[in-house]
Amino acid sequence: MEPRPIQAPAIELADLAKTYPGAAGPALHRVDLTIPAGSIFGLLGPNGAGKSTLINILAGLVRRSGGTARILGMEVETRAARHAIGVVPQELNLDPYFTPRAALDLQAGLFGIPRRSRRTEPLLAALGLAAMADRPARSLSGGMRRRLMVAKALVHDPPVLVLDEPTAGVDVELRRQLWDHVRRLNRAGTTVLLSTHYLHEAEMLCDRIAVLSEGALLAVDTTEALLRGLKDRTLDIELERPLAAVPPGLAGFDAVLATPRRIVIRYGQEPGAAARILAALHAAALPIRDLGTERPGLEDAFLELVRRRGARPAGQAERASQRSSASGPGPRAIR
Amino acid sequence: MTRGAARDTEVTGRANWIGLATLYRREVRRFLAVWAQTVAGPVVAGLLLFVIFGAALAGRPPVAGAPYLTFIAPGLAMMGIAQNAFANTSSSLLVAKLQGNIVDLLVAPLSPAEFLAGIALGGVTRGLLVGALTLVAMWPFVELAVPDPWMAGFCALGGALLFSLLGVIAGLWAQRMDEQGAIASFVVAPITLLSGTFFAVAALPEPFRQIALLDPFLYVVDGFRRGLVGVGETAAATAVGIVVVANLLLVALCHRLLRSGWRLKQ
Repeated sequence: MEPRPIQAPAIELADLAKTYPGAAGPALHRVDLTIPAGSIFGLLGPNGAGKSTLINILAGLVRRSGGTARILGMEVETRAARHAIGVVPQELNLDPYFTPRAALDLQAGLFGIPRRSRRTEPLLAALGLAAMADRPARSLSGGMRRRLMVAKALVHDPPVLVLDEPTAGVDVELRRQLWDHVRRLNRAGTTVLLSTHYLHEAEMLCDRIAVLSEGALLAVDTTEALLRGLKDRTLDIELERPLAAVPPGLAGFDAVLATPRRIVIRYGQEPGAAARILAALHAAALPIRDLGTERPGLEDAFLELVRRRGARPAGQAERASQRSSASGPGPRAIR
Repeated sequence: MTRGAARDTEVTGRANWIGLATLYRREVRRFLAVWAQTVAGPVVAGLLLFVIFGAALAGRPPVAGAPYLTFIAPGLAMMGIAQNAFANTSSSLLVAKLQGNIVDLLVAPLSPAEFLAGIALGGVTRGLLVGALTLVAMWPFVELAVPDPWMAGFCALGGALLFSLLGVIAGLWAQRMDEQGAIASFVVAPITLLSGTFFAVAALPEPFRQIALLDPFLYVVDGFRRGLVGVGETAAATAVGIVVVANLLLVALCHRLLRSGWRLKQ
């Protein structure tokens, strides 16, 4: 009897690099990343960070310039690796004249699955497309098209599913449905890699997160460890009289004197944080005129945190934050 | 650059016959779904030329030993074969690129050879269907004795494959509809119309006769005519040789382009 093979990581990238022809710099720069089988893994980063490039290399849509990429231990270009991975691309790419049933049937056929082994009907049901199974794709709503793309990626029952920004431009209800489905698949044993620029999404779904920026990995850790110490709230204190420095009683907090009459304290979600700050303010007997709390955005706080971990040169971090602030208001996202 | 960098798409393992058959069926369904445009239209266009030439040149003396209408019938059928084989593969690839559903093929476990075979055979099928229907419609008005059905079939198949493969290259190359249209108008149409389709090369004045003889497709049209009518200006062996060599070269080139991901993968 053959010995049982040791379970290979779902995805293993070593020294992975990609430079597009004519581009000024690399889209991916020496990325090393191991994604354990069975996890829901989040690839987080601003637009242009290299998330899609990484995913498209796994999908076989982009040729890597260097390094290795393996899916369950197999080189990405091999037929076995193609069978092992399902990819939901970011762009809608449905043939408008195909019905969902025909599209699933076609995709299963391209994967070499015999008619009797196809999962067209269960997939249509699982993704809520059964009622529209025989309507052409152009008559489907945006949400249904997105779900059809997920179904197409699942025709060959891949052990690894990759979703490239699955919820970009998708409404709240559909986002919830997609998350539920991703969780169900993961419970059934599918390894999931999803890219997003919504930290909240990664936080809700993923057990591990890799942060990508400007083609380089900034951090890889469990979601919990990455979010620990995340200070996403501020307490803004207006003072009756000007101060020269932050009072010593607030030394244990992330407090700055923004103006002589204003102290800003950043704090996180850990239990009792606000109460401890208030107790310290009371003890310091500060002349408080007014106070208020603010949540400047999980993403900004997160980028700040990652930057503080000192994972990359300050110059690059500076550029990233300038881009972030220049993008103005909008949905809370790392841009 | 690190060693192990993937220059080629290497796909190993057993052949994906179901995938190949699925792709071929998709290609055939794609054109049959709009048969009025992809099959009936080209047949009617060929027949219109047949009627125009028939009416205008009915009194013309026989060409190369055959009545004029009988002489041009195989040429018109071959024109339909070539133009439609080309149109099918080039537009299939271009539309898939524009719609983005080329991704469905690229993520699938299809080797470059399977990918090429599925697409190219779809084009061959459309070309042969148009050619066959054109011939059937002209049949009552011409004298096609078909002295050499093997030669006729070989040239039909070879011509269809030739232009199907050219269509693959054009479809890979083109990024916009007008680019594909330009190749169809400025390359495919002149070749298919001028390769002895309506005239005998012997009747051309010099230097046009010598120039015409440099056109490889001329020999395919002539071989097809020899098989259907029994008259020909060139040696049958030349047509066979050209069909074999040109198709082998084009298969090798297409396979190489697909392997490298040319214009498909960044």
